[in-house]
Amino acid sequence: MSTLLNEEVSQQIKQVLEIMENPITLVLFTQKDPCETCTETRSLLHEVAALNDKMTVVEKDLHNDAQDAQAYGITLTPSFVILDAQNVYQGVKFNGIPAGHEINSFLSALVEMSGKKPGFSDDVLQRIQAIQGDVNIKVFVTLQCPHCPGAVQTAHRLAMHHESINAEMIEAQTFPELSQKFNVSGVPKIIINDRLELVGNQPIEAFLEQIESL
Amino acid sequence: MDVHFDKAVKRNGLDDTVLWDLLVIGGGPAGLNGALYAYRKGLKVALISQDIGGQLHNTTEVDNYLGFQMIQGPALSDQFLAHVQSFDVPSLVGVTLKGIERHGQHYRIVVDNGQVFETKTVLLTMGGSSRKLGVEGEEALANRGVSYCTTCDAPFFRNRHVVVAGGGNSAAEAVLDLASWADKITVVHRSQWRADSVLLDKFKDIPNLTIHLESQILKVEGDTKMTGLTILDKATQNTWTLDADGLFIEIGTVPNSALVQDLVDCNEQGEIVVDGHHRTSLPGLYAAGDVTDNPFKQIIIATAEGAKAALAINHYLTHEYKEETL
Repeated sequence: MSTLLNEEVSQQIKQVLEIMENPITLVLFTQKDPCETCTETRSLLHEVAALNDKMTVVEKDLHNDAQDAQAYGITLTPSFVILDAQNVYQGVKFNGIPAGHEINSFLSALVEMSGKKPGFSDDVLQRIQAIQGDVNIKVFVTLQCPHCPGAVQTAHRLAMHHESINAEMIEAQTFPELSQKFNVSGVPKIIINDRLELVGNQPIEAFLEQIESL
Repeated sequence: MDVHFDKAVKRNGLDDTVLWDLLVIGGGPAGLNGALYAYRKGLKVALISQDIGGQLHNTTEVDNYLGFQMIQGPALSDQFLAHVQSFDVPSLVGVTLKGIERHGQHYRIVVDNGQVFETKTVLLTMGGSSRKLGVEGEEALANRGVSYCTTCDAPFFRNRHVVVAGGGNSAAEAVLDLASWADKITVVHRSQWRADSVLLDKFKDIPNLTIHLESQILKVEGDTKMTGLTILDKATQNTWTLDADGLFIEIGTVPNSALVQDLVDCNEQGEIVVDGHHRTSLPGLYAAGDVTDNPFKQIIIATAEGAKAALAINHYLTHEYKEETL
């Protein structure tokens, strides 16, 4: 069977994942109907999971497991969420395959969900804690975009730091209708609660400013 | 399906309890080579950066770096990094710089992960970001047709008409990158081509390519998305409208020097002024690469400047720097 990751890249990813602390679970939703990149996404998740024993991949079907899909707010395929050691969904989701440059936001989400949370200044932490109400952050990306993983990481970090924030990467070419709906013709494009938007890879303070203005 | 694995994401773990000889700020060609040269001289050096490779990631093909007839920008970045990592140079990557301040005869570097570092010398290699045209409609239509990253956004313009603004190598490369996506490409440039002739020679294979030199973009038209441009023909002074779906702006860079504007001398363009030894206006503070007033923004030049600066810093630490006694 051909693999997505060659031996060299596999070894490097294995090294990055060595610092993972606690077990995590990836819940992947696919469907039998025509699904662009479902097969590749399944392969990528299994290949990466095979590199570290703290990772488990659970496969679900969008239609047959509709209840689970609803619980994680999943409407697209391929789509997956990362659950923490207690099987809790902290709002970290990927829609479409995180390949290309996006492998980097995928790996950092794995490591950080396992317990290796990045440091933030006290000011930023206080501002995150003060957020009220549900917040959804969509980050549209293309796999050729070197600035995109940074924006996805920031959004996912916000989700991991606050229970009412959820953040999702959306691979724009896999989901052209959604991209058109949000008028995406440049990436990264960040949409907050379907109405506010940020352009480019912005610092966490810029995300917070928009969220605070909701 | 391909993966572009960043080989150096280390957001935590750089020692903030020691006094460093040199902290290199920036992970592009100048920063990586500066760190390599300093490490080889035996300096206690570390590299702090948002990313590795800098503008190499905005470049598809590099064919003017001696020793590589043709290499992808990100692949050249990986080669640079692998070379630096073979020496185990400590690094902190994936962080944003919050401030640089003088602290007695030393410098304090404040980073957004909450850490503060102290160092005897600093090498600033923050590089540049895309320069904007500065015309009406440009900002409002950014990511709504207006783009500064060809590799990122080209897929959105399949079978569309796109305009490339600029006349240097990056503009010529943007045309070549867009050729496999767009249906029609128009170049608008306010003067004559500055791009290398080997790049321009490749244009003959591109169908539906139109070039307007001595033409200036006055306005980006469109409401919720770009619909066209207003252009001034400088020879005739006539303005005309061009219908187009996208505008890729490749007119050079502006220096990423905002954090040090009040600290060191910069020129009108905001570039850090350096002398032949890459010294800034402050002792112990050096700069190299695209963030400086070097007039030629090239990978090989930035790389060489990193080396020169590291050697000058080594000389400074050995011959000029004296530990102040309290």
